[in-house]
Amino acid sequence: MDISIIIFLLGGLFLGWSLGANDAANVFGTAVGTRMVRFKTAAIVCSIFVILGAIISGSGTTETLGKLGAINALPGAFAACVAAGVSVYLMTKAGLPVSTTQAIVGAIVGWNLYTGSDTNIRVLITILGTWVLCPVIAGVIAMGFFTITKNYLLRRKLHILRLDAYTRTALLLAGAFGAYSLGANNIANVMGVFVPISPFTDVSISNFFVFSSKEQLFLLGGLAIAVGVFTYSKKVMFTVGNDLLKMSPVAAFIVVISHSIVLFLFASQGISNFLQSINLPSIPLVPVSSSQAVVGAVIGIGLLKGGKEVQWSVAGRITIGWFTLPVIAALISMILLFILSNIFNLTVSF
Amino acid sequence: MFGLNKSSLFSDTKKLEREIDGFVDILSEVGLVFKSIVPTYLNHSANGKFEEMVEKVKEMESKADKITKEVEHTLYEETLIPDARSDVLRLLEHMDELIGMYQGNCYHFSIQKPNFPKEFHEDLIELTETVVNCVEALCLTVRSFFRDIKTVRDNAHKVTFYEKESDIKFSSLARRIFDSEMPLDQKMHLRYFVEKIDRICDQAEDIADEVQIYAIKRSV
Repeated sequence: MDISIIIFLLGGLFLGWSLGANDAANVFGTAVGTRMVRFKTAAIVCSIFVILGAIISGSGTTETLGKLGAINALPGAFAACVAAGVSVYLMTKAGLPVSTTQAIVGAIVGWNLYTGSDTNIRVLITILGTWVLCPVIAGVIAMGFFTITKNYLLRRKLHILRLDAYTRTALLLAGAFGAYSLGANNIANVMGVFVPISPFTDVSISNFFVFSSKEQLFLLGGLAIAVGVFTYSKKVMFTVGNDLLKMSPVAAFIVVISHSIVLFLFASQGISNFLQSINLPSIPLVPVSSSQAVVGAVIGIGLLKGGKEVQWSVAGRITIGWFTLPVIAALISMILLFILSNIFNLTVSF
Repeated sequence: MFGLNKSSLFSDTKKLEREIDGFVDILSEVGLVFKSIVPTYLNHSANGKFEEMVEKVKEMESKADKITKEVEHTLYEETLIPDARSDVLRLLEHMDELIGMYQGNCYHFSIQKPNFPKEFHEDLIELTETVVNCVEALCLTVRSFFRDIKTVRDNAHKVTFYEKESDIKFSSLARRIFDSEMPLDQKMHLRYFVEKIDRICDQAEDIADEVQIYAIKRSV
């Protein structure tokens, strides 16, 4: 494989690493931070299920991003990934709970604008709509789960130690589901832009199983996420765990499961097809923000408790992120594309 | 698998549940023995039954100490209930102090042999019964903290009720002691015993207040 291809793929792998380092904390942060689950256990489960989710269910969201703008040259995809990564870094430093999703969408639109390609406005509006829907749905699901769980626990009268044992198991299972959903939903952010220009070829194993070039890309992206989980997420998990310490482990489980359901809903081709088959509007398969789903769920529980503990400033900062991050990512993407095409004489589109 | 052995986790949990239940049982039983010890002392202090009962309280106290240490070790070694671990351990320690207070009272009776005139027997037995009822209500409060936090408040309210009853009975008995014709040294000696028994209720009420706070922290 050409060395330049590896360098260009590094852009996506960097995004994958940062996703693993940051978003794994949304899945296992509270469990690890409160020492309900060991970091090593969390990291292994998270990595396995992120990779499985990416390979098995990562296609739907990737197709949607492809419809927004099909980047058709590796240097262009590289510029989009680096622009997304840098803008996420800048916004995170500014204390805004942003996501790679919003960054990559901005970067793709930046590529469209720079290369004069059309931006599918209908797809763009659908994507923007899901950003708003994601924390709202997470909040509603969390409110439902919270009410059911609270009433169930009051009726069951479990011993505090038995409840602790069940909660640990539930946190681990919810974490595995969360990791699967994260891989399925967010792999598009990491590898989506490389799919139309994948440098890999399909591999057939005994004419029985075909490992497509897309799946190979997703495996690579999944591995990058896993490296991010193992190398950097521990610190983030403990920060998240300590920040949410006011929340009980049971409430933490509700947050994780609500977040996971939302990510799964927006990535599941099966659910989307099922809804269509019964004449209901299908759910758009769009990569959504894991962090914002968590914040939505936390706010949902806060509202049920009377709303006093809700930090509305965080909700405000999320809204700011919806507008500023894609714009910044688009601008950085255009600057990088200009540099690559004019200084390095690279083809950024065909 | 992955450092989370499910069967070990659940067996540790069941063992600890039994130990904590056993600890609360001991507190309750020590109270019941103490309830019999006072009339036994007042009526038959000469025969060996009283000393036998004091020895029984001592054995139960040692057993409670052992359980506290075992629970402490398991909770920290297995990192169980990380959010409520310190609360549970503090609760067990304070309940252990309560058992110690019962034991201390028994020893004081055994060593100092206070001379309670017959006219105070009934009041002293009544005070002791109220104190034991107060601790029984505390045992219910603690059991509800572990299993049914919804009823913690109701049971804690009973502890407060018995504590007030005990204060009334203590004041009345102390007043009667000092109004009597006994020499001052005997009055002070008897007051010391009455006060020490009443203090068990104060400690029980403090623990019940603690449990109510822990229950609020435990709510989902």
